[in-house]
Amino acid sequence: MEAIKNISRRTFLKASAFVAGGLVIAFAIPHAKRFMSKAPAGGDAQNFTPNAFLHIGNDDTITVLLAHSEMGQSIWTTLPMLIAEELDVELERIHIEHAPPAPVYAHTAYGLQITGGSTTTWSEFDRYRQAGAMSRTLLVMAAAQRLGVQPADCRTENGMVIVGDQRLTYGELADDAAKLEAPAEVPLRDPSQWKIIGKATKRLDSREKIDGSAIFGQDIQFEGMKTAVVARCPYFGGSLKSYDDSAAKQIPGVVKVVAIPTGVAVVADNFWAAKQGRDALKIEWDAGPNADLDSEQMFADFRRMATGKGAVASAAGEPESAFNQASKTITAEYTAPYLAHSPMEPLNCTVKISKDSCDIWTGTQAPGLEQAAAAAILGMKPEQVNVHTPFLGGGFGRRGNPATDCVSEATHVAKAAGMTVKTIWTREDDVKGGFYRPMNLHQVKVGLDAAGNPLAWLHTCVGQSIMTGTPFETYMIKDGVDATSVEGVADSPYIKATPHHLVDLHTPKIDVPVLWWRSVGHSQNAFIMESLIDEMAHAAGRDPLEYRRHLLKDHPRHLAALNLAAEKAGWGNPLPAGVSRGLAVHESFGSYVAEVAEVSVVDGEVKVHRVVCAIDCGLVVNPESLAAQMESGIVFGLSAALTGKISLKNGQIEQTNFNNYPVLRMSQMPKVEVHVVPSTDKMGGAGEPATPPIAPAVTNAIFAATGKRIRTLPISDQLA
Amino acid sequence: MLILNINGQERQLDAPEDMPILWALRDVAQMTGTKFGCGMAQCGACTVHLDGQPIRSCVTPVSAAVGKQITTIEQIGNDAVGQAVQSAWQELDVVQCGFCQSGQIMAATALLSGNKSPADTDIDAAMNGNICRCGTYPRIRAAIHHAAKKLA
Repeated sequence: MEAIKNISRRTFLKASAFVAGGLVIAFAIPHAKRFMSKAPAGGDAQNFTPNAFLHIGNDDTITVLLAHSEMGQSIWTTLPMLIAEELDVELERIHIEHAPPAPVYAHTAYGLQITGGSTTTWSEFDRYRQAGAMSRTLLVMAAAQRLGVQPADCRTENGMVIVGDQRLTYGELADDAAKLEAPAEVPLRDPSQWKIIGKATKRLDSREKIDGSAIFGQDIQFEGMKTAVVARCPYFGGSLKSYDDSAAKQIPGVVKVVAIPTGVAVVADNFWAAKQGRDALKIEWDAGPNADLDSEQMFADFRRMATGKGAVASAAGEPESAFNQASKTITAEYTAPYLAHSPMEPLNCTVKISKDSCDIWTGTQAPGLEQAAAAAILGMKPEQVNVHTPFLGGGFGRRGNPATDCVSEATHVAKAAGMTVKTIWTREDDVKGGFYRPMNLHQVKVGLDAAGNPLAWLHTCVGQSIMTGTPFETYMIKDGVDATSVEGVADSPYIKATPHHLVDLHTPKIDVPVLWWRSVGHSQNAFIMESLIDEMAHAAGRDPLEYRRHLLKDHPRHLAALNLAAEKAGWGNPLPAGVSRGLAVHESFGSYVAEVAEVSVVDGEVKVHRVVCAIDCGLVVNPESLAAQMESGIVFGLSAALTGKISLKNGQIEQTNFNNYPVLRMSQMPKVEVHVVPSTDKMGGAGEPATPPIAPAVTNAIFAATGKRIRTLPISDQLA
Repeated sequence: MLILNINGQERQLDAPEDMPILWALRDVAQMTGTKFGCGMAQCGACTVHLDGQPIRSCVTPVSAAVGKQITTIEQIGNDAVGQAVQSAWQELDVVQCGFCQSGQIMAATALLSGNKSPADTDIDAAMNGNICRCGTYPRIRAAIHHAAKKLA
């Protein structure tokens, strides 16, 4: 392996001694620590793994390693598209793998290996194209040398270098190419030459996901492996007092019962025995300090906090006195509950501990964090822990947990049991297990001028901090304000344009663990902001679309999405009797999404008939997966808006499974139309931005239909 | 020891009678295409066919399958309807995370096996027990209609 001579930004690294031969393309971005407060675990960027991004074998295999995790968002297809565009290979030929944790795979903006924030496509847009371009350049150089021609005489097509009637496959050239000195830089193709980027491309993981052969974490099986189910304290912050496992041990198939820091694990030959064993445990818990937690009481506490002065997130003018000049004043309190992510695949992790190493299989959004956590528990160095990432059966943020709750616990189970163990969470464990979208309460007072436009705006937010205790804390929390608590509020174009405004934040400390949930703070803040704008439009006697257009007149990307959605939805056109429209537009993760919902309310039952969505996310790599992500984000947000609620009573979570934590089903699914604003603007994300606008689009439509303003989610609690 | 007919083959499985079919398939027969999602017949990820009828294998004990035919996602592609459903799923790019799709395909295949041209309300009724958190419902609906046309 060659030493790295130059570690400037985007220096290409190339390993000629890769064990299997062939050409390997790797490069490091050592200073990408924009969001990082501390260096990622596992060493620095020089210790790159040899098979970093792309490997072309001398047997003509082409392997792409993904620095990000496939959890539904189609990155398994998008990243190979970027490489194939520059490398000139058919997508179907590419073998794809999740990368192991290693510093070379650090997120180009975040500085640690993590999938989240709707960032994968834009953050990898250059790196993966460069991997393809560098590889192609070296293969062409190798072909030119072998044939005694100039590189300019060569062209590439379908995995071959072609000179006249001579054709050399990439595999035939790979070993030679690996011996060449990599040029410092290679040009990327001009967008006018793109054949793959921008073309609707079907998923490359489709086949294995429809015939049952795709391997998720839950599907990891091998000889001698045991399965564990864990009894955890039902109170956050509680602990184990004592347990009696005599009945559990009577269950055929139960092999061991072990106490671990999070509770008691029953280890068995199979899940069924482990689950029965877990249910047969007799446990006495010390409920700890939170035995009385009650979400209604917590909202009352939030309400009291809101009367005090919070940390200032945005301020201008003299908001208190400006209300004297207001011709109308709106006051409102909005609340949103805790939410569980509930990915279809309940959490699970398989841990195999050997003498000098450990292997972990888990569907994770952050393999490096899992690696570091397991290593610490086992007293190993991070590089002794191999993290294998199978497909993720949904993530939505839950599988990128800096607290590494699932992997740390599974490591403790395997260590305590002295066996190779797959720890599986039941659905109930998942729903009750914490790490929720925080509950939030906002109190707002807006003064309108004579024309009905906002003149003064007081906006107090109360909600737990997500970023505290994460690697992003230093970057994301400034002056007592967690940026994710107020995102979409403090930076709202509506509030920024209001001459007198104050946004402040109270951050209660509660032992209910919280975590980023698809679209993070935007998930509740867009609901609140876009509902308020609707309230203001109605108070001003103005059309909600015209009102937004006026307030957003200096925000062309908001306007483009808003106008496209309104046009395609036929805003203003007559609707069938009983059906009403609602509108919302919101920027999140660098993308601008507007949604128009058509809704009817019959006997307190909301039916969403149609959702028209328009997005401006800048350049689109794969329009097929963009449309799928819009549909997906809308369904996810709609589930939460209609029925999503996690609540506490007497210190315990009240919900358990999909029967009392219902999510959207086929019969409730509206028609969804996705329209894309043609744009060459800065690239934004796709995984999350469709989620924030759906709740307010629906509640604004409910207001239009019934005159009832929904200020508390979920909707089902309000119309009952 | 139980003798179960799984995908046309007699299999001897060392499983207690009350073990749900799901876990007999996954943990005893080592067939992991059928998924665990909720354990109480709420999500449909575990859907298999028992004598051609869709059932939730997470709540159906193996004893109920003795003498009957279990068909799983691993085999459904050998059935003309199942194959049409899988093709439609690929053509319409249905899957996202994919975890629920074994159950979705088993439910859709059962629907189309008994109803050659299902209306949207038929699809609602047949597919309502199968949750997809990624929100692939519109594509599932379109793919079922597409497969029905192909089979006609």
